[in-house]
Amino acid sequence: MELTLRDAATVAHGMGFGALLLLGFSGAFIGIYATSVSPNPWLPSDRDRRLFSLYLTVLAGLAWLAVFAGAYVIYPWYRAVPPAGAALAGYPQRLLMSNPTTSGWHDIGMEWKEHIAWLAPICLTACAYIFRRYGARLRAMTGLRNGLIGLALLAFAATGVAGFFGAMLNKFAPVRGGTDIVLMKEKTGG
Amino acid sequence: MDDTGTEPSINGPGAAAVLAASIGWFVLGVLALTGDAVPGVARLLNISKPTGPLSGVTSGGIAVWLVAWTLLARLWRRDNVSMAVVGAAASALMVGGLLLTFPPFMDLLQGK
Repeated sequence: MELTLRDAATVAHGMGFGALLLLGFSGAFIGIYATSVSPNPWLPSDRDRRLFSLYLTVLAGLAWLAVFAGAYVIYPWYRAVPPAGAALAGYPQRLLMSNPTTSGWHDIGMEWKEHIAWLAPICLTACAYIFRRYGARLRAMTGLRNGLIGLALLAFAATGVAGFFGAMLNKFAPVRGGTDIVLMKEKTGG
Repeated sequence: MDDTGTEPSINGPGAAAVLAASIGWFVLGVLALTGDAVPGVARLLNISKPTGPLSGVTSGGIAVWLVAWTLLARLWRRDNVSMAVVGAAASALMVGGLLLTFPPFMDLLQGK
């Protein structure tokens, strides 16, 4: 059982940082609702508030890791230009664009994903800062609380769009290649 | 930072974070569109060759976001600002940024 270096990097980007971030949004929304929206609010202790602030900061960190790994590790492999006559299998962007039935995955999918993904870390960094600074006081500061919720929803939507297109792009034109990594050797024969 | 609700809360620093995020995102959208439409701008934005113009688009947006956040936080550090106005401005900028980074809308603006 093997995978390539580029497979591993893509998995770290999408399944490690991206999927973990998407999962983490559920906790973020529950925490924000419980402290600042619910009519029967959770009144966090100082320790609880610090931990939830740390949780939001970790989510922002995951978002930054996902976009930087995507833009500076995966994307250069994706957009590499093949030498004349080379097989397109190792050049995902060109492979997608070579066929009208798949070119939209690049023209719309990747072109949208490569930009909208950056909205998530920007919004989540602001969310983490706002909760850290105001905490449960947001319950009484409805305008700012609504701003916080709006930023969190935008970050979630941006992560969802980027994640969906990332998964689909990897189905139609996976970023592969580089050193083989052997995960497990199977016994062959008798 | 106290969050017991017993002291008056100044919303300026929080409002600065909301508005700055939308400013940075909108600028990222403007850079994405101009980089796509103008080859000369795309060359300027190509600050990391393997990543291409995307490197300049995102670095520019992040730089503007951080500068805007710093300036607004300093300006509003002791103020209560109207969140209705800040929210409306931030919403408009966010929608603008979303449109400017949505490929069919980018193509529409360029007449493609």
